[in-house]
Amino acid sequence: MDDLIVKIITRTIIPFIQVYGIFVIMHGHISPGGGFSGGAILGASLILYTLAYGYKDAAKKMPHKVSVMVESGAILWFMAIGLVGIIMGGNFLSNKAAGFYMGNLSMLFNAGLIPLVTLGIGIKVASTMVTLFHTIIEED
Amino acid sequence: MKKILAIVVLSGLLILLLSSILEMPVLGSIENPSYNETTQYYLDHAIEDTNAPNVIASIITDYRGFDTMGETVVLFTAIAAAVSVLRAFHDDSNKKKVEE
Repeated sequence: MDDLIVKIITRTIIPFIQVYGIFVIMHGHISPGGGFSGGAILGASLILYTLAYGYKDAAKKMPHKVSVMVESGAILWFMAIGLVGIIMGGNFLSNKAAGFYMGNLSMLFNAGLIPLVTLGIGIKVASTMVTLFHTIIEED
Repeated sequence: MKKILAIVVLSGLLILLLSSILEMPVLGSIENPSYNETTQYYLDHAIEDTNAPNVIASIITDYRGFDTMGETVVLFTAIAAAVSVLRAFHDDSNKKKVEE
């Protein structure tokens, strides 16, 4: 698709969508939302860019190698957080027993491992959506 | 004969399913078996256990964090399967092998 209006509107609206997605991910332990829904919003913004600008431009912004690496890294990040619990002498994926920073109630960074895990899930879902979409529409 | 047998078996299945639906607990009723002491524990202790105001987030990522890790592994497996099927034909080195 090579339309000027679509391109300009996409360029204008994508930062707002991405800020909203990051907001939903970061506030996953305070307000409704979380990793899966925020990651879906982030992935949708990247898919919108691909639809408006075509695969070649999108592959420059989000190359296949990078998205695959991010996707594998996010799940390793999740498992590494779980292993911190074992190293600190608790169970796998334990929160308070592993000595994560608990903080004050309803501040942005509290609740130990919950924001970290939510961040990992959000990155994972976004990169999964964009990798699957790019793999399917990729023309040779 | 085969058709009659199929109709009989299917109508028996229909009666079985309908009767089991009628026996299901009412949606939102306080008597439901899912509202047991686990729910009460989560509601009472979630904030002091995890220090997160959103009880749903604390259930998903803390109490049942292993289940959520399984979900992300499912996403990873799905993308690995899709890429292994689709990328094989996009890759140039494989394409030459197929043409040969």
